[in-house]
Amino acid sequence: MMLEVNGVSYTYGDRKAGIWVLENIFASFKPGHFYGIIGPNGCGKSTLLDLLCGHKSPDRGSVSFEGRLLSAYGKKVLARNIALVPQSLSLNFPYTAREVVTMGRYPHLGRFAAPTAEDINCVASVFDQCNAQSLAPRYMTELSGGEKQRVVFARALAQDTPVLLLDEPCANLDVRYALLLLDIAAEKVREEKRTVVAVMHDINLAARYCDQLIFMKAGRIQAAGATGKVLDEDILKSIFGVKAKLVVEPAIGAPQVVFLR
Amino acid sequence: MRVTFLQSLRHRALWPQVAVLAVVLVAAMAGAAGMGYIEVGYHEIVRIVLSAVTGGEAFAGQPIETATRAVVLEVRLPRIITAVAVGGSLAVAGAVFQGILLNPLADPYTLGVSSGAAFGACAALLLNVSMLGVFSVPLFAFAGAVITLLVVMYLASSAGGFSSNNLILSGIIVAAILSAGISFFKYAADERVSVLIFWLMGSLSARTWTDAMFASSVLLGGSAVCFFFARDLNLMSLGTRTATSLGVDVRRLSPLLLVCASLMAAICVSITGIIGFVGLLIPHLVRSISGPDNSRLIPLSMLTGGILLLAADTLTRAVLPEELPIGVLTALIGGPFFCYIFRKRQMQAMVHDA
Repeated sequence: MMLEVNGVSYTYGDRKAGIWVLENIFASFKPGHFYGIIGPNGCGKSTLLDLLCGHKSPDRGSVSFEGRLLSAYGKKVLARNIALVPQSLSLNFPYTAREVVTMGRYPHLGRFAAPTAEDINCVASVFDQCNAQSLAPRYMTELSGGEKQRVVFARALAQDTPVLLLDEPCANLDVRYALLLLDIAAEKVREEKRTVVAVMHDINLAARYCDQLIFMKAGRIQAAGATGKVLDEDILKSIFGVKAKLVVEPAIGAPQVVFLR
Repeated sequence: MRVTFLQSLRHRALWPQVAVLAVVLVAAMAGAAGMGYIEVGYHEIVRIVLSAVTGGEAFAGQPIETATRAVVLEVRLPRIITAVAVGGSLAVAGAVFQGILLNPLADPYTLGVSSGAAFGACAALLLNVSMLGVFSVPLFAFAGAVITLLVVMYLASSAGGFSSNNLILSGIIVAAILSAGISFFKYAADERVSVLIFWLMGSLSARTWTDAMFASSVLLGGSAVCFFFARDLNLMSLGTRTATSLGVDVRRLSPLLLVCASLMAAICVSITGIIGFVGLLIPHLVRSISGPDNSRLIPLSMLTGGILLLAADTLTRAVLPEELPIGVLTALIGGPFFCYIFRKRQMQAMVHDA
């Protein structure tokens, strides 16, 4: 169940111009680990996630899942294995939250098959897990940004995939739901040996939940490895250009960062 | 919150709703066949149709007058079937455009596709293009529709995809240019001008069985393709990125469905001229009752579109003292409705921003 990135480069423009959004990326994502991707705005984090789920294909190099190229999989098969939670969602049609979460079951259903009892149970239990039962009957067009984000995360859980990709999952959430969401993701990693890859902006949340961190800058990986090893004051200085102090917080048993300026 | 019967339809099974609409449609067709300058009873309509289908005098009783028979079989029925097929096709095309472009205001008319088709058809007529036989006009209409759609999408596209308002703005501007082009054709056409006015206003009068059959086959074929991909359309409403991660090949599917919807709209225009706002109004109406799920929206819009365009056409043909061009009637009803939806969306946006 390993997702591997092999010497990948990607550009939005002309390949000959040589302006790469991502350049020569190597990484592997193994089951039972929570990976955090950290880097400044526009460093190619979201593009990396798009490559990992097959939404974009690399200009150079390759991405493979369980030893086979992503492009060799059927789209639907891939959707049963890799789920993506995008940064934002704009929906122009009045679907209810329950309908949207049920869409997470589509890759498991035949084209005209109605959801089975199992699918309906799965959707209900996802709403319970996310503590979002009250959102289920409401229209997506009437939800706030944070509420929408919770529904979109629930939709990805309903997809029930071995690999879960999160693009800034906590961006619109208050602290209570940010912790709840990351708790659920961490539990999937710990109990069910799934792979979670999350683009994170909040370094303290990343330090607490991710056991592996990947630091990116300008389309390249600057450092990668176990959180305890790679997260230090120097890397934060070189990635973000800010001075920081690292303290291990005994209450959560994880390093936390205090920014000095 | 009190749930009315209409609102509860959203959560009920689809097939009874389809069955009810189908019965209403057949009843409306029979009713329309009886209305007009010569009144014909229900009973006689059934006998005329049955005798035509079976090829003999199906039922005993008084023989039916030849004139009545001809009026029903050769004049009214082709027109009725064309109205139903065109109404259904425009409604399905509208639903698909709205689904793919993530824009509840899209329809063949507001996107300029209908005007493009009319322009193509006029060009084919005026230039006397006949190398492709009877298909020349429909093919030119289709080419006009697709080129217009591409131009509109090009004008409206920006880094973040298509914004709703950009798309409609571009559509209406391009449609205005094309209408001016058609007006120029009118000016240049001299005595053949009446043929061209037909394209601008839309009309269902004097349709033949060939038109009826052509329109019906386009309706059934096109709707079948759209219905086949209904669930993918649902996923596409979550955005390209999410749809792809849920197993939809968006890059292949969206051009396929756009071409399919444009083809349906273009054939309609080549048969009846521009009939605006049907594709906007019907899916909106159906969505507000039966929900946005495309596997319900497409079949229900198809039937509702057929029923309502037939009703509108029968109104102008048999009820109003003077026959009003059908395109004028739909624009008179649909235009204000468009304004209403547009205003409502602006209000919602204001609430969300606040």
